Amino acid sequence: MSELQLKDLYDGFRNPDVIKALAKAITDEAKNLKKPLNIMEVCGGHTHTIMKYGLKQLLPQNIDFIHGPGCPVCIMPKERIDHAIALAQMEDTILLTLGDMIRVPGSKSSLAVERANGCDIRALYSPLDAIQIALDNPDKKVVFFAIGFETTTPMTAALLEQVEKQGIANLYFHINHVLVPPAVDAIMADGQAKINAFIGPAHVSVISGAKIYQPLPEKYGAPVVVSGFEPIDVLQSILMIVRQKNEERCEMEIQYSRSVTLEGNIKAQVMIAKFMEPREHFRWRGIGDMPDSALVLREQYTAYDAEKIFADILPTEPIDDHKLCICGTILKGLAKPNDCQVFGTACTPNTPMGSCMVSSEGACNAYYRYGEI
Amino acid sequence: MTSPKQIQLSHGGGGEETNSLIHDLFYHYFSNDTLLAAEDAAVLEVKSKIAFTTDSFTVSPIFFNGGNIGKLAIAGTVNDLAMMGAKPFYLSASFIIEEGFAFDDLETIVKAMAEELKHSEAKIVCGDTKVVPKGAVDQIFINTSGIGEIEKEGISANHLQEGDVIIVSGDVGRHGAAILMEREGLGISGDLKSDCATLWPAVQALIDANISISAMRDATRGGLSAVLNEWAEQSSVCLEIEESSIPVNEAVQGICELFGFEAFDFANEGTCIVAVPEKDAQMALAALHKVEVTKEATIIGQVSLKKEGRVILHSAYGSSRYLDLPKGELLPRIC
Ligand code: SF4
Ligand code: SF4
Repeated sequence: MSELQLKDLYDGFRNPDVIKALAKAITDEAKNLKKPLNIMEVCGGHTHTIMKYGLKQLLPQNIDFIHGPGCPVCIMPKERIDHAIALAQMEDTILLTLGDMIRVPGSKSSLAVERANGCDIRALYSPLDAIQIALDNPDKKVVFFAIGFETTTPMTAALLEQVEKQGIANLYFHINHVLVPPAVDAIMADGQAKINAFIGPAHVSVISGAKIYQPLPEKYGAPVVVSGFEPIDVLQSILMIVRQKNEERCEMEIQYSRSVTLEGNIKAQVMIAKFMEPREHFRWRGIGDMPDSALVLREQYTAYDAEKIFADILPTEPIDDHKLCICGTILKGLAKPNDCQVFGTACTPNTPMGSCMVSSEGACNAYYRYGEI
Repeated sequence: MTSPKQIQLSHGGGGEETNSLIHDLFYHYFSNDTLLAAEDAAVLEVKSKIAFTTDSFTVSPIFFNGGNIGKLAIAGTVNDLAMMGAKPFYLSASFIIEEGFAFDDLETIVKAMAEELKHSEAKIVCGDTKVVPKGAVDQIFINTSGIGEIEKEGISANHLQEGDVIIVSGDVGRHGAAILMEREGLGISGDLKSDCATLWPAVQALIDANISISAMRDATRGGLSAVLNEWAEQSSVCLEIEESSIPVNEAVQGICELFGFEAFDFANEGTCIVAVPEKDAQMALAALHKVEVTKEATIIGQVSLKKEGRVILHSAYGSSRYLDLPKGELLPRIC
């Protein structure tokens, strides 16, 4: 990794002059829009970029953003978090997961609370760290609570591959990998959200290929631009969308041509398919049950499947969110965080009532953190 | 007697081994008359108003690029005094050591402490050593307390006024990023070194130049964001900061990009924020620039009344947003 210049990760994508020029180009072109543009940014990462860099302030009134269901923490229903807690509470167990998942409230508690109560719960930086932990603790059950969209799935598959290769017998998987397209379909099929364009997350497409968005323009009459996460990426994508509208085109375009192709990363897709397949049902928080919207371990890997092996201790009842929390409506693109009665009062990042406030990619969190000044 | 390779429980037992640890190691490096008097308590002379502070250091890893737990234990406590306008004078040092800890490592740590003390001329005048069974602590914990004589009064988080200029003494986030790198063994090359350093010479320079200081704080845990938010809230003012003026090292920025953190939230151990009246701003900068650790000090913003209790970050391209307090625990984003 030593050749990697850390600077390359961000340099050039935040140049103020370029940002200003793009904002002006959008503003000029947007004058010709026949209808206001409601762009859904499917992914929480984009919500974050838009809020953090104050991009909306640079754009004309007739362009608005609607936040989508694209944050793996936000869409995790409470009963799945209860699973994680139940697993963590087993004797001689180490529970591993990623990022903000630790802080999301389940029905009664959260992993953070359980960790303080003495459970061995660890947030990983990279899923592959799980191997060392399993090797270091041969007398313990190590459970990896895997979360994420298409982006993080290959890491879990890579981990499974290693586990198989090295014959590690004490590492189990609780798979919560979800898929973007079914969720977008569900929102659009519902028909209530006023969305007439999409920004598609580039991270997802680096793996799955931009092809997964190809049906959208035709199905819903809304252009899709697959976009990177830097402010310049997002602005350029918006400009591409505005141009499509003005030229009366409706297509899938790739802004993030730095690394997205139509086909995606075939090797990763093959590896994922080796271990996982679509699961019949997965209940998304706020959106509900959707067939084929998540992945499950294939039959032949049952020996690693925490959901099957520890089935008898895992609660099965679906659990709904707090009555006042409108995360579901927000995830469906029908409301904004400040429409929620308890936004910023009873619900803040320190006292989150819903997952949209917990996850740093959640819409409520982004609105609270960066505000609209 | 050949010197032992590892600390054993007997080193904390109060007998001969303890004695030799104290004499051969601590007295050797921390030597001064008060300490060598070896009384039950240090007898000190102080002439004016004093500031008193304490802090415990439990950093992991204990050795990191740019310092170690010992350097940190001195710089941390000395800086707490300095930030109150107090010249650091007397420190205590207590060690809680895990049985089996390498003696050489302990010596390295103690040496670093002695080195760091030179930057403020403060002395360690009393101390304590406990050795606990394996597993009872993670290698070594150090507590330092300190007393300093106040040379400049009235520095307070409650004293920011409209128009005050906000200065940061150097680039932000380096300690937090360096620790994260070591902890995760990321193997990314770069000049990423903790900023761990004693700030007293910088404060002395400000005092000597007769600068009025409204507020001053070292941006440790919670980083720049935490200090600015505390100030905005305690003084009921708005801090308006120019994002592009905040110095951030490239490697730190890169780490932030990798994990989805903000450099402003990362800890520093030798970087402070100073608020001074506008008329003194240039003089303050000039004074800071004369001191090695603050030679890159720069103005990042100003106090207004636009939105009381909040920190606003202005971008270079005309938008603005709040800079909020960092959350309790820094966790990497999921994707
Ligand atoms: S997993 Fe992908 S789609 Fe989801 S928030 Fe992260 S980048 Fe966006
Ligand atoms: S503000 Fe809180 S309670 Fe309201 S929708 Fe967001 S997360 Fe739910």
